[in-house]
Amino acid sequence: MLKSKHLIGLEHFPVSDLNKIIDTSFKFKEILQTESRKAILLQGKTVVNMFFENSTRTKISFSLAEKRLGADSINFSASTSSVKKGETLKDTVQNIESMKIDGAVIRHGHPGSALKLTEYIDGAVINAGDGSHEHPTQAILDMVTIKEKFGKIKGLKVGIVGDILNSRVARSDIFALKKLGAEVVVCGPSTLLPNDAKKLGINITYNLDEVLNWCDAVIALRIQLERMHLGRIPSKREYHSEFGLTFERISKLKKDIVIMHPGPMNRGVEIDSKVADSDNAVILDQVLNGVASRMSILYLLLGEGDMEI
Amino acid sequence: MIETESTKKLLFKSGRIIDPFTKKTFNGDILVENGKISNISDSIPSRGKDYQVVDCKGLVVTHGFCDIHAHFREPGREDKETLESGSFAALGGGFTQVCTMANTDPIIDSPEHIHYIVSKSSKLPIDIFPIGAVSKGLKGEDLTEMLLMQKNGAIAFSDDGMPIQNAQFMKLALTYAKMLDVPIMNHAEDILLRNNGVMNASTTSNNLGLKGNTSLAEAVMVYRDLLLAQSLSSKLHLLHISTKQTVDLLKQFKKKNSLITSEVSPHHLFFIDEDVNAFDTSLKVAPPVRGKNDRKALIEGIKSGLIDCIATDHAPHTIEDKETTFNDAEFGMIGLESCFGAVNKVLVKQNGMSLKSLIEKLTVNPRKVMNLEQDLFSIGCKAQITIFDPNEKWVFTNEHILSKSSNSPFLGKELIGRVKYIVSKNQFFTI
Repeated sequence: MLKSKHLIGLEHFPVSDLNKIIDTSFKFKEILQTESRKAILLQGKTVVNMFFENSTRTKISFSLAEKRLGADSINFSASTSSVKKGETLKDTVQNIESMKIDGAVIRHGHPGSALKLTEYIDGAVINAGDGSHEHPTQAILDMVTIKEKFGKIKGLKVGIVGDILNSRVARSDIFALKKLGAEVVVCGPSTLLPNDAKKLGINITYNLDEVLNWCDAVIALRIQLERMHLGRIPSKREYHSEFGLTFERISKLKKDIVIMHPGPMNRGVEIDSKVADSDNAVILDQVLNGVASRMSILYLLLGEGDMEI
Repeated sequence: MIETESTKKLLFKSGRIIDPFTKKTFNGDILVENGKISNISDSIPSRGKDYQVVDCKGLVVTHGFCDIHAHFREPGREDKETLESGSFAALGGGFTQVCTMANTDPIIDSPEHIHYIVSKSSKLPIDIFPIGAVSKGLKGEDLTEMLLMQKNGAIAFSDDGMPIQNAQFMKLALTYAKMLDVPIMNHAEDILLRNNGVMNASTTSNNLGLKGNTSLAEAVMVYRDLLLAQSLSSKLHLLHISTKQTVDLLKQFKKKNSLITSEVSPHHLFFIDEDVNAFDTSLKVAPPVRGKNDRKALIEGIKSGLIDCIATDHAPHTIEDKETTFNDAEFGMIGLESCFGAVNKVLVKQNGMSLKSLIEKLTVNPRKVMNLEQDLFSIGCKAQITIFDPNEKWVFTNEHILSKSSNSPFLGKELIGRVKYIVSKNQFFTI
């Protein structure tokens, strides 16, 4: 089992736990590829999925992971709950907790909400994205995808392109990659890059071609188009021209690189359709690995230690 | 007036050559062949050669001047100035390169607009480098496509005419421009502090009953911009600085930061607020001409090298824009043709600045601010040469104006130092 009781973020997460989750994910991926696709390891366990923010991929991925493990899952979304009536996070959660649950998956727009939850409930808390803070399960599925492709993470060169400043995916990916010994370069418009790159142990560049020529894998992040009106980027056209994974750019490279994207994609902005749909793209592998990774996380946090997979 | 000759081989004989890049001064000759510097030395023999010889005895031969702040009004107000008429005004003043501001109609705030200026000026007799807008529509809200604009030829970015009021937007603009390694040039005037002032807030403005524009309006925003630029390590260029407070702030910040540059305009060096006493609208300008002490601080600042360069802020307006009350008149004055005679008179003749130092402020320094080639007298370099008489006294009149507009407070003033010949873009001009 793991040293950690919860999965809140990867910044302080033990590397041994991270490796264990990644390695176990491959076992679940095998199971997902069998005919039954199930491993009833969490029978009798109850997980509540609390989505205070919109989500397609992550919500379905968790629900599916819970079902494949035989857990009972309850879905809760802020738009149809008492949150709308003005109930506080604490009251909402303690009410749910009093109904006896073993684990909670939370997505919330505010950083720190997942950590706050650990104060209110006894079960395991899994952060499915808290504001601009962290999105650890996305980073884990990215690590699984990279390891699946290269057989290792240590020593690999990974580029992350886009809104690094506001992206929880970027932050969790950077923590994971650094913990596992990869080299990281981030790239994007200067208005969307952090100014503490040195402290994160990463390099920064504004030159996408330089990153693409250097890296083994590149993660393109979704660019939030509302940033345009906050004076951070001038237009889709300029972003696409300077920071987009365009077909022209990718086809000029001397070697193949692995193309990743956490979704949802803005095709034609941060990534061209021809690139997203190319053989080098592992974007759909990321989605399947998401289910396997979340099964691994749920199993290792909620399951009994003696269960054999 | 101006005379043009296209000639293959030109020998400038016996001039005082001042090369502000190598910092060498000597009496000698410069040979230009096919528009390029082909030889420069103490003496180049011309016997038996088909050189056109230009006698430069008593004249100074130096780099073509570079103005990094001018308004050529095209597109939109071609009645005031066009790229072509502006080019001739520039030549009249000894300028071979001019950077034009973005506040035309439409505003130069897209790569397409930059492309228009670049292609429209390619055949003109000087180099014109468009400065793109920082914000779309000069509204100070949304960034322009600076990366694409630079690729199309934008040399720097400025909302000149419209001070960037929003500090968060200024911060983002300075941050974004870091990718381009070009300066953001802000017209620093806090609009609320300016309080609709039409001239410097002073005894003169009180006596005339005109609304005063306090020097604080400039200094407050300059301070903000300096703090932002310093903390972001961004390139900032202060446009047309006018006050002693700004000079003092520059002293404080520039020591630590070579990314900060500034310019002063000839009219701020030449005039003071008291000169406005007859409601002379040709002196209505933003920022306004200030008090005696401000002028003195600007002169000291340019002499000491604290202020990097001289820029004209050439701002043509029609007669009807100026033949009205002081309140209603437009801000701005033309400045290219009168520039050298004015600054040479004030700085060199009256305030003891060396001519060499003044030339730097009109040549290598502005080019450095804009990342332009500075070593213009190296062999093979495209010839940009300005030749002037440093001592000729002359009265500036309408005859000397090549601009389409004639709104100049220098009309009728005695200037010292006059441009005689120019080589620019493979053409030879006699002024």
